[in-house]
Amino acid sequence: MPKSYADLLREARRQIPEVTPQDVDAQPAGATTIVDVREASEWEQGHLPGAAHVSKSYIEQQIEGIAPDRDQPLVLYCAGGVRSLFAAQTLQEMGYTSVASMSGGFQAWKSAGLDFETPVVLSGEQKQRYSRHLLIPEVGSAGQAKLLGSKALLIGAGGLGSPSALYLAAAGVGTIGLVDFDVVDLSNLQRQIVHTTERIGERKVESAKIAINALNPDVKVIAHEEMLVAANVERIIAGYDVILDGTDTFETRYTLNDAAVAAGIPVIHASVFRFEGQLTTFIPYEGPCYRCLYPTPPPPELAPGCSVAGVLGVVPGILGLLQTNEALKVLLGIGNTLAGRLVLFDALETEFTELQLRRDPNCPVCSDAAVEARKAGRPLQVDGVNVEAPFLITGSFGSAS
Amino acid sequence: MSTVYIPAVLRPNVGGVKSLAIDGESIRGVVDALIERHPALKAQLLTDEGDLNRFVNVYVNGQDVRYLAGLDTPVVASDEVRLLPAMAGG
Repeated sequence: MPKSYADLLREARRQIPEVTPQDVDAQPAGATTIVDVREASEWEQGHLPGAAHVSKSYIEQQIEGIAPDRDQPLVLYCAGGVRSLFAAQTLQEMGYTSVASMSGGFQAWKSAGLDFETPVVLSGEQKQRYSRHLLIPEVGSAGQAKLLGSKALLIGAGGLGSPSALYLAAAGVGTIGLVDFDVVDLSNLQRQIVHTTERIGERKVESAKIAINALNPDVKVIAHEEMLVAANVERIIAGYDVILDGTDTFETRYTLNDAAVAAGIPVIHASVFRFEGQLTTFIPYEGPCYRCLYPTPPPPELAPGCSVAGVLGVVPGILGLLQTNEALKVLLGIGNTLAGRLVLFDALETEFTELQLRRDPNCPVCSDAAVEARKAGRPLQVDGVNVEAPFLITGSFGSAS
Repeated sequence: MSTVYIPAVLRPNVGGVKSLAIDGESIRGVVDALIERHPALKAQLLTDEGDLNRFVNVYVNGQDVRYLAGLDTPVVASDEVRLLPAMAGG
């Protein structure tokens, strides 16, 4: 027998428990997953804080991305409380055991004077440019807005920095800082793909800026045309959300590490040699830092740079992209980073090896004693003797957090 | 015999090979046997006092021996020992 809309609605009301906006507001944060099933254009006008958005027309396809556990309590809402009832029926059919609908929907929520959020609205052009990101639930428009508001700093616009600069720009990371004092040389172009033959002799930061803005004019490029040294590192890194270390000297790597730990900024580390690369993510105080991994630099003969030892061009390309992947995860707050893990890449074997890293409890930079010493503006001492740590910066940072 | 993986930067000291099968019941035993076979490695792996240089990390099955028992870390035949110096290239 055919059913009218009224019949369907009665059935849905019998099947689906309804909760009031006040009930939803009283739930402790995280206890229930709130799903907005309205259309994207309605969501953009404002939504419940912390809600996920899956429009009713995509509910079957996308709900598992938001609620993989069928027993997870869900509250659905729409504008007036009808579409969410029907969507909740669909979820019950899919085996969700605890689905409720918020009566009165978003209108009732607003009428009750409860808080709501208005999402950052991307322009039409941005929606098109970033459409493949917007389709991924883990990124979506909130994640894309986060990237557009993020600041990433590249130390070195060379082999590692080239792919990072281009892919960070393509991803819409809103501000990209570049630190490099060098000029583009013909011998760079075998791997440093952010530069071009026409730009030989130009400053690398300017050359990279041209490439970044040609790819994505949304991105603001800050050129730091100077060598990163102890005297300027604190000024240069201030305000960045993540740093990608792609330099080719130990001195710069230690200088950066020490300052980034003190400033609490994550550093995505990569280094390359001929057919090999190393990669990890340093999150200050959560995982080890560069000095925990390598307490002291090796003698120069044991660690030649690319200009002396050579490097297969794709190796910094691959490592630079893996760095970029780490940076995007840090900025978006998704996935698991390489904090506490070192990845080795061997291009000749096409082999990745993972090693476990630990925080060194005696680290001269990130240990509790080192933090105390830094706060007090004195060098770290063990048994009355200054700790040996080449390039260590002391006393320039007021706080470790 | 455990397998010792040699990083590219140290390979010229061991005839260019990527890995070597080395006898030894501890990291110290493995390192000593390695140096006996390839004396050029000594200055790169050990300090004058016979400790591991702090710029070379040694891993047994993915774990840093500094957090195990250092040079005294036991090694069995199936273990993978990896020498890992820092690299700076970018």
